[in-house]
Amino acid sequence: MEDIVGLLQKDVRFEEGMKACMNCGVCTAICPAAEFYDYDPRKIVDIVQRRDNNELIKLLKSETIWYCGECLSCKTRCPRGNTPGYIIMALRTLSQKLGYFTESEKGRQQLAIKRTVGENIFKYGYCVAAYAVHPEMHPEQGPIWDYMLEHTDDIFKRLGGQADGESTGPLRKIPDDALEELKNIFEVTGGNELFDDIEKHSEKKAAEMGIQFSREGIDNEYFIEVYTANNGHHTAHEKTEEDEAGR
Amino acid sequence: MKQEGKKKIWADYQKEIADDHFFYVRSCIRQSFFPGSEQFFLHMMRNILGKDVFENPSHTTCTGIGYHSDIVPSQTIMTVVARHFALMKEAGYKNIAISCVTSFGIYTEILETWKHIPEELEKTREYLFKATGREFDIPENMAHTSDIIYKFRDEIAARAKNRLVNKKTGEPLKIVEHIGCHYAKMFPKSGVGGAEFPRVLSGMAETWGGQVIDYPERRHCCGFGFRQYLVQANRGYSVSNTAKKFASMQPYEPDVVITNCPGCNMFMDRWQYTIKEMEGTTYGINGESIPVLTYEELAGLVLGYNPWDLGLQYHMVQSEPLLDKLGIEYDSSDKFKTGDGRQMPVPKNLINA
Repeated sequence: MEDIVGLLQKDVRFEEGMKACMNCGVCTAICPAAEFYDYDPRKIVDIVQRRDNNELIKLLKSETIWYCGECLSCKTRCPRGNTPGYIIMALRTLSQKLGYFTESEKGRQQLAIKRTVGENIFKYGYCVAAYAVHPEMHPEQGPIWDYMLEHTDDIFKRLGGQADGESTGPLRKIPDDALEELKNIFEVTGGNELFDDIEKHSEKKAAEMGIQFSREGIDNEYFIEVYTANNGHHTAHEKTEEDEAGR
Repeated sequence: MKQEGKKKIWADYQKEIADDHFFYVRSCIRQSFFPGSEQFFLHMMRNILGKDVFENPSHTTCTGIGYHSDIVPSQTIMTVVARHFALMKEAGYKNIAISCVTSFGIYTEILETWKHIPEELEKTREYLFKATGREFDIPENMAHTSDIIYKFRDEIAARAKNRLVNKKTGEPLKIVEHIGCHYAKMFPKSGVGGAEFPRVLSGMAETWGGQVIDYPERRHCCGFGFRQYLVQANRGYSVSNTAKKFASMQPYEPDVVITNCPGCNMFMDRWQYTIKEMEGTTYGINGESIPVLTYEELAGLVLGYNPWDLGLQYHMVQSEPLLDKLGIEYDSSDKFKTGDGRQMPVPKNLINA
């Protein structure tokens, strides 16, 4: 069996984020995720602190570790200098390395993030760029966003930018040699390895679930499934079957 | 609390901000959604305040949105940021000016990690050299671009064409400021005033004549939550947290929200539209929504710039009610024109329009 604590201790975020927790619960009180989801960062830190390997594996396979929004409000307030948000980051990284993330609906979403933000980094040199925020995936952007995408060149020119142009300015084209350096950094530092882990385990899960999977792009059933699926049992306020039955 | 006690606490939150010669790094979100803000910052620094700000087009994303949605490992982001430091060193600069709050939090976190664990710094040097052949120095001074505007707020006030005052009533404008979690909460002493004494934006707003509202959920997250917004299935988290903030500020009748972080700005603008569409709720007075401006847009208005050159028309919530309160004259026919005066179509269904 994997030594989960040993693996976590290799992560700088774990080293920086996990001191000694006294279970006061201030992190949970301040946490925006705890208010929305059925989520309690105090309990996460408690499980990690107990160092029970079986419990930790359960945690790595759970929905729970994917509820945090990484706002790091907990970092400011912990009276003992712990950072539950950093512990979560270490748990998520390990869950992806070991392939456990595909065991939960929220964990499976990592493929959607890799295929959008992750690939934007290689294609454009940006995590997010105007031309990569597609209105059909972002209805909340409203009519102004359709308009900005239809008139990007004119709008950027008036505001002093140059969408996808050479040289300096907002949304400039990142030179090819800079993109090449970015790719080399991902290769040398384990970034590509993490991307490959996400892909490999997602493909395996798709086969297990019997859902069509393509090795690239967003136009395949598995991507759409992980990007949109919500079983309705994640939030703190949703009724369980027991509540419904009045028990 | 006695005055000396307050002064002593505040002294802990003072921040040294360089005076000149900045290496500028852009924000993925600010340059995509609010390009006019980044360009106005550069214009103001160079042409109004006479400062030297250098930009190398070869700098890339810091990969921060990927890092905080857990698809980018820590050693990868450290090395990408180290590459930016290398470009700065090669250009002969020592002060970095960061346009993004997520990046600011990351840069600060990385420098802290290197302080605590020097082996990580050495590993980063090796990785960067191996991947790019470049070498880097740690910046002498690191500031978010709002820190720099805060530093020069009096110089801006001295050149003000408009003060943040309601022209009709003579009362100061009621301003909500939102400084963003990754500026205030990760390393509070790296920002002006930190989470306890949020000062970076309130300092600007008050110096320019406005009055800052201290409402219960002032420090609550905008709701971005990285993966909680990036994946469609999770966006209930994001919109719910924004709704909580707006419901908390509503009774104070703010005239405008100003934001430190470009992401927060986009969410507080777009979720007002979404909430209005979903349930008809609006948070301003008379059924209006509350305009959400970047600090650069606010500085631009104070300095008398044409709101349509700053890009105020490219928010979902339109800013005319605010411009009217400020008594700023604007030409509606110029709003959707190109730089060379060509009329573009007028977009429909914007808010407050």
